Amino acid sequence: MTVLDRSGAQQSSPHPAPPPAWRPAGDAASLLPQDTPYRVLGSEPLPVPPALLGDGPRPDDAELLALHGHLAKGRRYNEQATALTKQGSLAVYPSSTGQEACQIAAALALAEDDWLFPSYRDSLAAVARGVDPVEVLSLLRGDWHSGYDSRATRVAPLSTPLATQLPHAVGLAHAARLAGDELAVLALVGDGGTSEGDFHEALNFAAVWQAPVVFLVQNNGFAISVPLAKQTAAPSLAHKGVGYGLPGVLVDGNDAAAVRQVLSTALGRARSGGGPVLVEALTYRLEAHTNADDATRYRADDEVAAWRAHDPIALVERELTARGLLTEAHAAQVGAAAEELASDLRGRMRTEPSLDPADLFAHVYARPTQQLRQQQAQLQEELAAAAEGGPR
Amino acid sequence: MTATLPQQTAPPTPLGRALNRALRDALAEDPAVHVLGEDVGTLGGVFRITDGLAAEFGDERCTDTPLAEAGILGAAIGMAMYGLRPVIEMQFDAFAYPSFEQLASHAAKMRNRTRGALPMPLTVRIPYGGGIGGVEHHSDSSEAYYTATPGLHVVTPSTVADAYGLLRAAIASDDPVVFLEPKRLYWSKEPWDAESPHPVPELGRAVVRRPGTSATLIGYGPSVPVCLQAAEAAREEGWDLEVVDLRSLVPLDEETVVASVRRTGRAVVVHEAQGFGGPGGELAARLSERCFHHLEAPVLRVTGFDIPYPPPMLEQHHLPGVDRVLDAVARLQWESEWTSKEAR
Repeated sequence: MTVLDRSGAQQSSPHPAPPPAWRPAGDAASLLPQDTPYRVLGSEPLPVPPALLGDGPRPDDAELLALHGHLAKGRRYNEQATALTKQGSLAVYPSSTGQEACQIAAALALAEDDWLFPSYRDSLAAVARGVDPVEVLSLLRGDWHSGYDSRATRVAPLSTPLATQLPHAVGLAHAARLAGDELAVLALVGDGGTSEGDFHEALNFAAVWQAPVVFLVQNNGFAISVPLAKQTAAPSLAHKGVGYGLPGVLVDGNDAAAVRQVLSTALGRARSGGGPVLVEALTYRLEAHTNADDATRYRADDEVAAWRAHDPIALVERELTARGLLTEAHAAQVGAAAEELASDLRGRMRTEPSLDPADLFAHVYARPTQQLRQQQAQLQEELAAAAEGGPR
Repeated sequence: MTATLPQQTAPPTPLGRALNRALRDALAEDPAVHVLGEDVGTLGGVFRITDGLAAEFGDERCTDTPLAEAGILGAAIGMAMYGLRPVIEMQFDAFAYPSFEQLASHAAKMRNRTRGALPMPLTVRIPYGGGIGGVEHHSDSSEAYYTATPGLHVVTPSTVADAYGLLRAAIASDDPVVFLEPKRLYWSKEPWDAESPHPVPELGRAVVRRPGTSATLIGYGPSVPVCLQAAEAAREEGWDLEVVDLRSLVPLDEETVVASVRRTGRAVVVHEAQGFGGPGGELAARLSERCFHHLEAPVLRVTGFDIPYPPPMLEQHHLPGVDRVLDAVARLQWESEWTSKEAR
């Protein structure tokens, strides 16, 4: 009621009921990440697990030995792919050396029906999920944009534009929930990717829809050359969940047991209708951004050395040693398995990929347009003429 | 292909109503179809195209999303990856731009990227074009962005029957379709009976809206009624103009256009979008390649100017109208003399 409305004869109460009092729609405190990253390996006593996790059991010996094997294979895969790049077999390779704990834990935490949405630095996660490494490397080799069957493997194509795969992960998770299918989706992104609009839109949609999706931010300290301090002023990247109403969890990203535990719990929670979670894993990219990058231009050697001492494999090996499990026999077995993967990859990458120029036109649409059919015929004629060796 | 005459007994139905009916029938027939967008639920969309759908099919089939176009399109891509058939509404042409990366980098490329493993059966409905007195960002003709993106279909209706049929065809398509709705035709009425069954045309087929012999006017969406009015007015000048409605810019039905222009020997392309880099240039090039020996005159274009869309009080100067189309027709070398004073 304003003075302008006071024309009628009827006088209403001078103190009409106010609109409903504002109160927060949810409890912000329960969404906040912990002050210290969750850690299982190499620290006594155990830090308090995040509320989301409940009791965090220490990994048993068998799990720890298996993790070690996966990590060693992962490291060897990274080394081999980097070597293949130097030899010219791959166009480019963004290495996840130093981030193997996140890569392996991501794959191991997934159930059969779950989906993985990797970025271009996450080829190891796809390999650890069981996808053929030669097919995984198609994008980076350049024989096709994606070399594996995403539907059969439930691994989305490696996404190159940063964070753009995150809304896809949310949409797929939402569709699965609508269908009543009990599965969860794990979406991977880096620290730089959290600045992209798609990251924020994906978190918001996921929370509003309560989609069964877990976002794993691998904070490796740098977006190519730009350090985190120039990327964000947030207390942590895990804090970014609060603004969207989903819980954030902070974990030591080099502690494979901790990441595995956090992701398994978060995915299980999502699968059973508990909603999305944002996990920030603190890790470090030990190699340059790609083979084309020079990391010495933007970071100091002693920083790299400090992270090498906190290497994911070293963390597991220290724990294995403390438990008396790092035997020669185990080391030999792990080394042999890693070498077998590398040797198989090396050998098969020596074979030329099968390329068919007709593929350029075959999958643009369900049925090629008239114009595409003409262009394909033109290319075929050119190729036929070239094969005959005659002057064109 | 020629247009079938509308049933004269059918009630006058606005184009927007036919779109609404197409969405309703698609939702009813295929449980994979989901409508998403801003205000599409309770409100029924700012143009009421989704009116009543949430009430009939529930919030999960017709969903009000957060206000974020990239998120809407990105989520729809994920839903399509899981086998759904999302139909999303962008509120206005210029408001679709935040979603362009998702459209160009993913929706358009996903099938190709995955060799067919992940097709993208999604429809992006975009009200487009001017003539409604809209303030800035409400009247863009953005089709050239989409036609320049291989992997997308770009479809636009100009009649009530096509609004229904083409939208049904777009939703049924296993490829991403940018479905451009001429917003100033939303309220234009034609006799059309929503209750009788309607054919669903094949995408990528142009149609001759008006047969003629003197010259061919080529339009799509909002420019088709302009072409038809111009053809009617041209009768007084003694010109018998054919009007071709492209209906689909991608795929482009070259055969129908080429056959018409080979018959008439003259052509004018009419669209609201800017001339430079607009579809008219592509059509002119293809017609000169394929109809060269049949052409009596250069293919002309009547398009919007190469300017940002004007404020509403000036838009009448920008939009291609009947007079500008007739002026172009008058310049089609009627004396068959390249050196004639009329030729410019």
